[in-house]
Amino acid sequence: MSDEKSRCCSAGCCYTEELITPYGKKDKWIIGEIHTPQGSVPVISTDISLKDTLGAWKVRWGIGRMDYKINPGLYAVGNPNHASPVLVSANYKLTFDTLRKELFRFDCWLLILDTKGINVWCAAGKGTFGTDELVGRISKVKLSEIVSHRKLILPQLGAPGMIAHEVTKQTGFSVVYGPVRAKDIKVFLDSGFKATKEMRTVKFTVWDRLVLTPVELVAAAKTSLKVFGVLFLINLFAARPFRLADFIAYVGAVVTGSVLTPILLPLIPGRAFAWKGWLLGLFWTVGFIWLNGWFASGFLLLAIGYLLVLPALSAYLAMNFTGSSTYTSFSGVIKEMKAAVPLIALSSAAGIVLLLIAAISA
Amino acid sequence: MKHKYLKNVATLQLSYEKCIGCGRCEEVCPHGVFKIEERKVRLIDKDLCMECGACAKNCPVNSITVDAGVGCAAAVIMGWLTGSEPSCDCSGGGECC
Repeated sequence: MSDEKSRCCSAGCCYTEELITPYGKKDKWIIGEIHTPQGSVPVISTDISLKDTLGAWKVRWGIGRMDYKINPGLYAVGNPNHASPVLVSANYKLTFDTLRKELFRFDCWLLILDTKGINVWCAAGKGTFGTDELVGRISKVKLSEIVSHRKLILPQLGAPGMIAHEVTKQTGFSVVYGPVRAKDIKVFLDSGFKATKEMRTVKFTVWDRLVLTPVELVAAAKTSLKVFGVLFLINLFAARPFRLADFIAYVGAVVTGSVLTPILLPLIPGRAFAWKGWLLGLFWTVGFIWLNGWFASGFLLLAIGYLLVLPALSAYLAMNFTGSSTYTSFSGVIKEMKAAVPLIALSSAAGIVLLLIAAISA
Repeated sequence: MKHKYLKNVATLQLSYEKCIGCGRCEEVCPHGVFKIEERKVRLIDKDLCMECGACAKNCPVNSITVDAGVGCAAAVIMGWLTGSEPSCDCSGGGECC
């Protein structure tokens, strides 16, 4: 207590130099500090640098994705004062960059929660973007002594983790849920916290889906290396070794399931993801076998084997895209999987047996 | 193009009597499932529900229930394999939503 007192008043000034949110010298997006009665708050840039763009590109490809985060705490945008709005967000750098670039020429506070470097929606699902973290963070940065109003603007997709009325009960701050997308935040703030139905609705555009596919592809490629290892071993004593055509057939099925199906998602008939992937996988496999002339008596075992394995593989990868989608329910995924997983397993197992017979006894 | 997932599976339940018409559910729902009419909530299309749980959690009078969970096949498989609740916690494997 006395320590605090001396720090605050000994210099005859009411502003302490204590930093509310620590940051590193390498954080080029911090462009200064703003002084408040409770300490200094880092001011952030609303410009996205080349380094930020490269960083975003890297995590989209799954490189260092689980460690792309900033320090949680309070940040300033522009030149905010005690009456400026407070926006709450997550400490995933990609999320943070998406938000700050929309705040050009705007004065506000950003309260960044510790979501362990996970985006708002996923963190809300896990509970890290949650009531306890928000309540704790408010008191940690002494928000009620920095702003004079009692209103927080949360991203709408943070709602699955928050109990708004509980936050108000514990801190006195009322909660307004802002728009789903950061790009709408300025319109929302300028219109007196009015979000249109369009701003409140999650979409899943072809672009949204496209940016998610690299991570799916990288994950599939990692598992595929094991498959290639096994095929290499089989080739050591196979009468008909696996060659380039087999490799292309396999890669095609992987790309069909993890890239093509997500991109074409709403255009493919049916609703279950596994079904959509299987259907496209079947087109690919039939087309490829036909082009290679494998619908002939000498290759029949191979053709049937691939027809059993490859569409099932595409189906499995497409089914995994439910985790990236913005509209699949838990109950729905369970229902889909109870039907799809046994079929995928049986089909692949039967197909693998046929392919092995074809390889060894050709 | 509007995305549609499986029909008649969502576990969303509404207690019309308890509803005070505050509109919080309409505010938080990412798929426009709710609409407030004459100070009471109405379900627009239950099949659009993705069971994120935002409405139930933010309802001040507990008039909404839903089995919230992650609609993620990889999480469900992990849950089946490890015998635990499916969670979006894939930070170990590096594959996530």
